[in-house]
Amino acid sequence: MARAKWLIPTIYIIFLMLPIYWLVSMSFKTTNEILGSFTLWPQNFTLENYRTIFTDPTWYTGYINSIIYVTINTVLSVTVALPAAYAFSRYRFLGDKHLFFWLLTNRMAPAAVFALPFFQLYSAIGIFDTHLAVALAHTLFNIPLAVWILEGFMSGVPKQLDETAYVDGYSFPAFFVKIFVPTIAAGVGVAAFFCFMFSWVELLLAKTLTAVAAKPIAATMTKTASSSGYELGLLAAAGTLTIIPGAIVIYFVRNYIAKGFALGRV
Amino acid sequence: MNKTVNQKAWFFVAPVLILVAFNAIVPLMTVVNYSVQETFGDNVFFWAGLRWFEEILRSPRFHDALGRQLFFTGTILAIEIPLGVIIALAMPRKGPWVSVCLVLMAMPLLIPWNVVGAMWNIFGLPEIGLLGKTLNTIGFDYNYTRQPGDAWFTLILMDVWHWTSLVVLLAYAGLVSIPDAYYQAARIDGASSWAIFRYIQLPKMKRVLTIAVLLRFMDSFNIYTEPSVLTGGGPGNSTTLLSLDLVKIALGQFDLGPAAAMSLIYFLVILLFSWIFYTVMTRGEEQ
Repeated sequence: MARAKWLIPTIYIIFLMLPIYWLVSMSFKTTNEILGSFTLWPQNFTLENYRTIFTDPTWYTGYINSIIYVTINTVLSVTVALPAAYAFSRYRFLGDKHLFFWLLTNRMAPAAVFALPFFQLYSAIGIFDTHLAVALAHTLFNIPLAVWILEGFMSGVPKQLDETAYVDGYSFPAFFVKIFVPTIAAGVGVAAFFCFMFSWVELLLAKTLTAVAAKPIAATMTKTASSSGYELGLLAAAGTLTIIPGAIVIYFVRNYIAKGFALGRV
Repeated sequence: MNKTVNQKAWFFVAPVLILVAFNAIVPLMTVVNYSVQETFGDNVFFWAGLRWFEEILRSPRFHDALGRQLFFTGTILAIEIPLGVIIALAMPRKGPWVSVCLVLMAMPLLIPWNVVGAMWNIFGLPEIGLLGKTLNTIGFDYNYTRQPGDAWFTLILMDVWHWTSLVVLLAYAGLVSIPDAYYQAARIDGASSWAIFRYIQLPKMKRVLTIAVLLRFMDSFNIYTEPSVLTGGGPGNSTTLLSLDLVKIALGQFDLGPAAAMSLIYFLVILLFSWIFYTVMTRGEEQ
């Protein structure tokens, strides 16, 4: 039985890869080939779909927009979550448990519930259709998650570290930035990974809060699908390209994920 | 860890509090506001009291959507949690294959949700999709755009594909945190592999599995984009989950009052389930 153990992850990974393979292989087909016949791999291999995306600004600006707001969101979420997570892991204060649970409840709020109020709120303060609007809206579910993850990691660091640093004459900010944050670097990596992930994949809010200037790539895809009929090859190429940033991020944080999870209480 | 009482810790929490409050409280109040008013457009509002709440709670349409939602969430939890644990147990603990497994398994998690929906939409088409064509070739009459049963099958398979990896990652993290000494001790005592799982691995995974169940519960209850792209709630209303129905009422029909009342009921249902689960699972952890 022990020898056949590798079979389970292998079969699972094959199952994961099949739909992705189908998408990637479609992106190299012409729309005619996709609709006309059933072929397991591209018969008339073409890069036309990718060329359209990289030369047409309505396509490639979508990627740039997505990357900008995801980056703003990740930096913002992790930065404000760090001191808060420290407070939750080190101190008891009035209402701390309630506050923690309240933060988590925002993770439960359905985006569909908030879409319309968000639209009105951000229009009212004049940041509708900016990268900041999407980044801010995504903090609603990313900050609670970042606080939750970081708190787990910080609680794993013994308090003696803080006390020793104070004895050595560090001020709190110096201790926090120079000693504490590097100690939980793996936790910061994991938190940033999850913030990136949830901001990158979310569409409902991103679509509601943008029109032209900050429109995410995923929204560009839905609009093309409805306006120009079925450009399946083009859609497949655009979809394939949305997988790449995620794949790069996973590659960089892979060791953090394995080690990071093990270190923290996550 | 014994924590010191320090009220100044509030200053550390303040930035988070301000940002989240701005994002949560203002929109939530807007929703509450709508839920008790009637509007005929042009920004004219009338007090409606609790009428919308009564209407929603009594409407068969809401009951049906809630029923479908509970069925969906129950099914995917029953599949994804055990499957995730089994895969995590079978994964290598050391060596180069760990990274390969983690990177490949995390892939579906990082694909935008509408791309996931579109991908499965095409994957399942009976004429040109790999899944649809294969099923039809081996003799199943599979067509998810026409048959509700097939639509459900595709929806659940898509969610299992999309999210099982999250459970795997979390369960795996719990497993690798178990020191080798535990296993050595178990071997000396002659414990069976079931006993090792039941008395060493499962208790050690309790915390991460709590997180996994909570995250999967919340997210599957909120699921919108993937089913909306995959089936659009159809055929008919057979896969119209709660948030699909909500968006139909709010943005499709622009019935803001009922939509807001439904949002609040919806939110309270999630809150209630999560709170019960959280309390039960963390009970006894405080001591």
